[in-house]
Amino acid sequence: MSTPTNTWAPYGTELTSRFLLGTAGYPSPQVLAHSIAASGTQIVTVGLKRTLAAGGDNGFVEIIRTAMQEHGAHLLPNTAGCRTAREAITLAHMARELYGTRWIKLEVVGDEHTLQPDPWGTVDAAAQLTRDGFAVFPYCTDDLVTCQRLLDVGCEVLMPWGAPIGSGQGLINPFALRTLRARLPGVPLIVDAGIGAPSHAAAAMELGFDAVLLNSAVAQAVDPVRMARGFGLAIQAGRAAYEAGVMAPQDMAVASTPVSGHPFLIN
Amino acid sequence: MLQFNDINLPCPEGLTLAALLEAQEVDANQIATAVNGEFVPRALRAQTRLAAGDTVLTFQAIVGG
Repeated sequence: MSTPTNTWAPYGTELTSRFLLGTAGYPSPQVLAHSIAASGTQIVTVGLKRTLAAGGDNGFVEIIRTAMQEHGAHLLPNTAGCRTAREAITLAHMARELYGTRWIKLEVVGDEHTLQPDPWGTVDAAAQLTRDGFAVFPYCTDDLVTCQRLLDVGCEVLMPWGAPIGSGQGLINPFALRTLRARLPGVPLIVDAGIGAPSHAAAAMELGFDAVLLNSAVAQAVDPVRMARGFGLAIQAGRAAYEAGVMAPQDMAVASTPVSGHPFLIN
Repeated sequence: MLQFNDINLPCPEGLTLAALLEAQEVDANQIATAVNGEFVPRALRAQTRLAAGDTVLTFQAIVGG
């Protein structure tokens, strides 16, 4: 991998990678470990579940902890599955104890079919968790006012969706994402969910987003390790393009070769 | 009786959360606990007394997106 062009610092933690990687759905712990290494990620997401008699996770969590130690990276536990602010707050406290981090990816789902975040529940939970000392990474929609309310209650990072979780549709509302970037300069913005292909991730970065979080697009690839590498490169390319300044599109052709008139005058 | 991870168990007088976990041979450092939907920190398990009708859940680390 080439050297990233610069760093970013969610909640004051300076990072060189702008790729946040989910850890669910990989074919084996070994593939997950290799995917983490290939991605260059410095943040991986993890979860919590109720303990059942069947128990066990087939060694995935141990692989994640080992990989994180080897790469000096960070864990970002989530509150997946929560439908109310109260549930999310409780799960966040458990995550802080189990994983030993105050970082929390806050998810409060409001619709079963789209898994769209509940804006009211998310804001309420974010407010309480911030008071409780958490560094909240809220999974939210691309609605500007919801994002502003999340900032009002103490969030320093926002994670608007690109499309519904696991859909792989890419950026379904680039206008809203551009609006967020324009209206919230200086706020670390991470596109979370809906990314299906590296080109989607590059497009998000070209819009000026600070990072991309994805899971299924790598885990469900035919070759997750190669796909993780591909996403890492795409995210770097998109960031480089944003920093370089993408040219303004034109309606009509604009000749690029500096010729003078016609090369031949033949009647 | 109380419910522990969906299993009905007797609830003797004075039973604490820590004692319940030990009796159930749970690795206490690998789980987080909730009683009646409220988080109980590790440090408070020994002094958290359980009562008949309580619901005790444990949570463990897993992969996630």
